[in-house]
Amino acid sequence: MKISRWLRNVILTELFIPITLLIVGIYHGLMQTVYRAGLIHQSSFAGLDYYQGLTLHGVINALVLTTFFAVAFGHATVAYFLKVEPRKQPTKISMWLMIAGTAMASWAMFAGKADVLYTFYPPLKAHPLFYLGLAVMIVGSWIPLFDWIGLLKSWRASHVGEKVPLAVWGTVINFIIWFTCTLSVAYEVLFMLLPWSLGWKATVNVALARTLFWFFGHALVYFWLLPAYVMYYSFLPKLAGGKLYSDLVGRITFAIFLIFSIPVGVHHQFSDPSIEPNTKLTQSLLTFGVALPSFLTAFTMFATLEYAGRKNGGKGLFGWIGRLPFFDSSRYLFSYFICGLILFIFGGFTGIVNASYELNAVVHNTAFLPGHFHMTVAGPVILAMLGMSVHLVSQLKGKKIFAPALNTIVPYLWMIGVFIFSAGLMWGGLQGEPRRTNLGLSYLNPKSDLFHPQWVPDTLLTLCGGFIMFLAAVFFFIVFFGTFFRKQTQQADQLEFPVSEALHDEKIIPLFNDLRPWVILMILIILIAYIPAILDVFRFAGPGAPPHLPGSPVPGL
Amino acid sequence: MQFLGVELDKYEFRALLTAMVVMTIFIFSMLYVVGARRSDVPQCVNFDKSYLTPRVDKIDDSTYEVYMVAQMWGFQPDEIRIPVGSTVDFYLTSKDVVHGFYIDGKDVNMMAEYGNVTKRTAKFNTAGVYKIFCHEYCGVGHQNMEARIIVGFPSNQQ
Ligand code: HEM
Ligand SMILES: [Cu+2]
Ligand SMILES: [Cu+2]
Repeated sequence: MKISRWLRNVILTELFIPITLLIVGIYHGLMQTVYRAGLIHQSSFAGLDYYQGLTLHGVINALVLTTFFAVAFGHATVAYFLKVEPRKQPTKISMWLMIAGTAMASWAMFAGKADVLYTFYPPLKAHPLFYLGLAVMIVGSWIPLFDWIGLLKSWRASHVGEKVPLAVWGTVINFIIWFTCTLSVAYEVLFMLLPWSLGWKATVNVALARTLFWFFGHALVYFWLLPAYVMYYSFLPKLAGGKLYSDLVGRITFAIFLIFSIPVGVHHQFSDPSIEPNTKLTQSLLTFGVALPSFLTAFTMFATLEYAGRKNGGKGLFGWIGRLPFFDSSRYLFSYFICGLILFIFGGFTGIVNASYELNAVVHNTAFLPGHFHMTVAGPVILAMLGMSVHLVSQLKGKKIFAPALNTIVPYLWMIGVFIFSAGLMWGGLQGEPRRTNLGLSYLNPKSDLFHPQWVPDTLLTLCGGFIMFLAAVFFFIVFFGTFFRKQTQQADQLEFPVSEALHDEKIIPLFNDLRPWVILMILIILIAYIPAILDVFRFAGPGAPPHLPGSPVPGL
Repeated sequence: MQFLGVELDKYEFRALLTAMVVMTIFIFSMLYVVGARRSDVPQCVNFDKSYLTPRVDKIDDSTYEVYMVAQMWGFQPDEIRIPVGSTVDFYLTSKDVVHGFYIDGKDVNMMAEYGNVTKRTAKFNTAGVYKIFCHEYCGVGHQNMEARIIVGFPSNQQ
């Protein structure tokens, strides 16, 4: 399918900007492992402070890149599957808001005026432009949803009796989750933190701010994940040479995400004051509800792959595995997807550990946590995003892939790196090693009173893994920018996806073709789960806190 | 197998069933730990200014209350000596930004927040030095925040 020049340019811009910023994010990822292993005992290296770099790492990798990509891929999916383009005006406004917001927040971070990490917990205070920038970026990412819903409505009117394409079902659900959860963080940022950071309000309610943040924060991880799920359900089966095992399971999966993604955020606050144990337990239980769709997906994906492997001639119990196109450079997206899936098995199980109310006390805020989530966000999420970015750039710009063999091995190298890296971090975490800490200055510094030699082996293992990940990322950048800037040899402005058919294409079920009942259910469950949490916070919390800059124990702007 | 009027594949149905069973086991083991074993989790306490005064109160020979205040960049009190077998109630708050409170080897894991108090009880049955780490980023000195609980080794003065 051919798309308009302007839409092509929007999508390319929304991929190029965050992937360019990712160079900084990846560089500092490696540096974090270097500091933490005690190779350097400094607070900063090459002009970048540890915590400044960690803020950049979290904000760029986990907020900016993921949001830009979800919007760009959303435009591509909706345009491709509904065969109509989004409207030009709102699409461009959305892009410019996201760019302006990112520019403001980036300035604050690079200038060292926002060393508050990507969770920006008050009363640590950043420059007002950091908060404003994030809010503007988020508002920019809301706009496409309303445009797409309009397109979907007219599509349904002209396609009575047809199922909404699975990819569109997933994409629209993802942005409904995103819109709902970001309402709370937008409130936190615009009405609590921004006036407070400008000095217009003296104090801020810390427990309330954290609760509003995590209302957003857990759904955020599904906002990262669902674009990858859309690709798994819609493209992976075709790439593997087979069919999607069941179309209905895909629809159920996305619907469960819609209702359970948000009312579980308190599981990030099990160690927090001012939220009652019962409230925490309820949300812990709900979290198991949101693990269900991932179990379903795991089954469907393996069934799909087995079907494909057997169709490709695989025999016996495991013979089908060898018949999958692991190293086929013309189907490199398969490599990106399969490596992500394998990582996600471990990401999922460690997630269940974190979500269990009591077990969480063993691992909360230790290095176990980054060990876990690099197998999710730096696993299926980033791999799907990177692979799809190369695919979109090559099609939209009419370029052949640069270094196709390298491109095919990038995901494997990355996967091996993440496994070693995460093993190191989780091992450290189980021995009490804290996350978000420049260990090289104290605990991993033999000259310090706090030297803690037990953490030497695990931080070295983490360093090895981090180095392999870094190498894979360098190869990726060579492929991406090589493709972006090479000579055009094919027709440009093309948008094609390897679309899968379903093996079990169940007949249409109205409930799984209409979003409205699910949205109502979502709102109900959110109210049931979150009203007690908010009431607890108001019941127990004392006075609000004045602002603190990261460098000083004395309050001040 | 019929589901919502749709023919469901038998393998799919089994997978669904297995997932539900696994989930139920997880959930019940969690409830078991909370209920039957009365596992200790952080408790809510209403805020009061008196929690901002760091101190160790001895209730009797084996019961202590520790009023812990986290601040940029240290804990007060930063060294606590108790006999083996003591039960300690920790009350935790923060004088400034958010801090973490993690007792190595005890799974006591709490956040210290300005204007809020958390309580958690722990029993120390083995002699030794238990380190307390701050595991939440709290500004430039975060990596220096450490305190210790010394169990079973009374200091010379006592
Ligand atoms: C070369 C690749 C990477 C390396 C070596 C790396 C390394 C690290 C390390 C060591 C930490 C923990 C630092 C600390 O807690 O003190 C961390 C945190 C984090 N990483 Fe990565 N990372 C990499 C790539 C990524 C990617 C691709 C993403 C997401 C798309 C990501 C997302 C995050 C997030 C969200 C955090 C938490 C930040 C925080 O606690 O504020 N990382 N990374
Ligand atoms: Cu979560
Ligand atoms: Cu700290």
